[in-house]
Amino acid sequence: MAPIIKLENLSKKYGSFYAVNHLNLEINKGEIFGLLGPNGAGKSTTILMMLGLTEPHSGQATVCGFNATTHPIEVKKRVGYLPDTLGFYDNSTGLENLVYIAMLNRQDTGSATQKAKELLTRVGLKNDMHKKLAAYSRGMKQRLGLAEVLIKNPEIIILDEPTLGIDPNGVREFLQLIRKLSKEEQLTVLLSSHNLHQVQQVCDQVGLFVDGKLIAKGDIPTLSKELFLEEPFITEVKLYENHTENQSTIKQLLLEVEHVITVRIQPERIFIYCKNDVTSAIAKKLINSNFNIKSLYLREFGLDDIYQRYFEKKNENDKQTIQTIV
Amino acid sequence: MKTISKLYKPLYNTIPNIWIPFQLKGTASINTPNPFWVMVKKEITDHVRSWRFIVLLLLMAITCFGSLYISLGQLSEAINNFKDPNRMFVYLRLLTISDGTLPPFHAVIGLLGPLLGISLGFDAINSEHNKGSLVRVVSQPIYRDYIINAKFISALIIIFTLFFSLGFLLLGCGILVTGLTPTPEEFLRITTFILVSIVYVSFWLNLSILFSIKFKQAATSALTAISVWLFFAIFYQILINMVAKAVIPSTIANPGRIMTYKKFFMGLMNVAPSQLYTDATTSLLAPSVRSLGPLTFSQTIGAIPSALPLRESLLITWPQLTGLVATTIVCFAVSYFLFMKREIRA
Repeated sequence: MAPIIKLENLSKKYGSFYAVNHLNLEINKGEIFGLLGPNGAGKSTTILMMLGLTEPHSGQATVCGFNATTHPIEVKKRVGYLPDTLGFYDNSTGLENLVYIAMLNRQDTGSATQKAKELLTRVGLKNDMHKKLAAYSRGMKQRLGLAEVLIKNPEIIILDEPTLGIDPNGVREFLQLIRKLSKEEQLTVLLSSHNLHQVQQVCDQVGLFVDGKLIAKGDIPTLSKELFLEEPFITEVKLYENHTENQSTIKQLLLEVEHVITVRIQPERIFIYCKNDVTSAIAKKLINSNFNIKSLYLREFGLDDIYQRYFEKKNENDKQTIQTIV
Repeated sequence: MKTISKLYKPLYNTIPNIWIPFQLKGTASINTPNPFWVMVKKEITDHVRSWRFIVLLLLMAITCFGSLYISLGQLSEAINNFKDPNRMFVYLRLLTISDGTLPPFHAVIGLLGPLLGISLGFDAINSEHNKGSLVRVVSQPIYRDYIINAKFISALIIIFTLFFSLGFLLLGCGILVTGLTPTPEEFLRITTFILVSIVYVSFWLNLSILFSIKFKQAATSALTAISVWLFFAIFYQILINMVAKAVIPSTIANPGRIMTYKKFFMGLMNVAPSQLYTDATTSLLAPSVRSLGPLTFSQTIGAIPSALPLRESLLITWPQLTGLVATTIVCFAVSYFLFMKREIRA
């Protein structure tokens, strides 16, 4: 089966800066794909190029079998896009906003109104459809946005930071709604986010974006195995003693503790990567060996850590390859 | 609201039908309106419901009827002035005479028209861009120029409706008060005058749309447009007069030199759109005007002070009309170009 979204060597340059750098990506029909990356990683630019709103510097984006740069209208007929700014008209009601978008998609007033009411009921805004948008909360606007992308009967929906600014409970509900709708309508969903844990809840596939490049792609188990499961815990220790002088002793000592995999020693702190939470065991070991602990804590993973670790691994691999070559 | 949507119905049911031959087969049926007209309809609704339009409408209506009231009071005196070659044109006099308390109708339009144009256009693109609704609209399956065309056409429809209803209301009031009926000549002159006013206002409209594309903040574009208007309405003339006085040739210089001097500074004056508009309306509303530039003694000798037919008046003012239309088109073309080239992102 041919992929429904296919990006080949897609690049976008602003001056000499690559916002998107030779990107290759394939997304199959019916998948929920998460584009994950920090701000400025090139997620939004990639989305704009898929919609034909921005011309790529090189390469091409094929969406639903159409070249997005040369046939944007055909692509936009089949793709519903929800920007992160939402941008509804504040002085109209939710229903009016929806009907307007439906009519821009060449539906007539009667069927547009009917469809809009139906969708508003499905996203849970039945009682608020005649309220002005100014009275909507952020969460309600997000749900209205979901109704809006669905009103054109799309094959693909693209959501840019759909969970931005909603409370955790709202996020869970919203993501479940997306999942339910996509399964019911056989939709391909592409959503961008910088929050891994939210994306994890709904996505079949995830792509990691850094500096305009896709650095890793795969389903969640594969990625977590790659990035999380080997060393899911990091304990950070500071000692009163000089770390660098006692480097080999400390390293030896810590590696004796069960579940510890790697030890990384820097002048100001020591990172201990472990399979399980063995913080107390590490503390005991250090104290028993007459080291004085200044601080000790268990670090939790954020997206930053994932990138950092990804790059650390990559650097190690590079070093190894260089060594083998030498 | 119901009446308003009924008022829009003609637009809905007639205009899309005209477009059907141009549409691709299978993309639209008779019942589905073209997205372009949907956008125009929405723009008009937004304008009509906005406070600033209502305020300007009230301002225009009050000053126009005020000036009509004053000119009605002066009318009998003006018509009985046998020295005035325009005294036969009651309705043209109605639009042009004043006792000095309030400017006459055509001057009111010349003064408030630019303000109306600017207020309809200054936030056309940038406010939508800042709210994020622009990117949402361009991600729908429409051509990008629909957006800027709809902005222009909707404002134009509003100006058109407003000016024609104001003008014809004044005519109607004149008929009620004086009991005279306007001659076809007068009616044609007034219609042409209204059309010229629409072109003049749409020049300011296009200029402010251009600024709304160029500047990110609505306030910046509004202030820039208003300062351009003030500059041409007030300071430009003062500036030209100052320079002209400094280099004035002596009275004993040869006539050829005086002529070139006059022509040069008249040409400079005509750069200002407000000057073009004033000249154009003067010759349209005062049929006795024979020339907008200097005339030599030999040209005026033996001339009988009488009214010109409409065609001749139009010929006199043709350069001004061309200039107005051209600047309007240039402004629109530049804004179209900038808008199509621009990257729209949230």
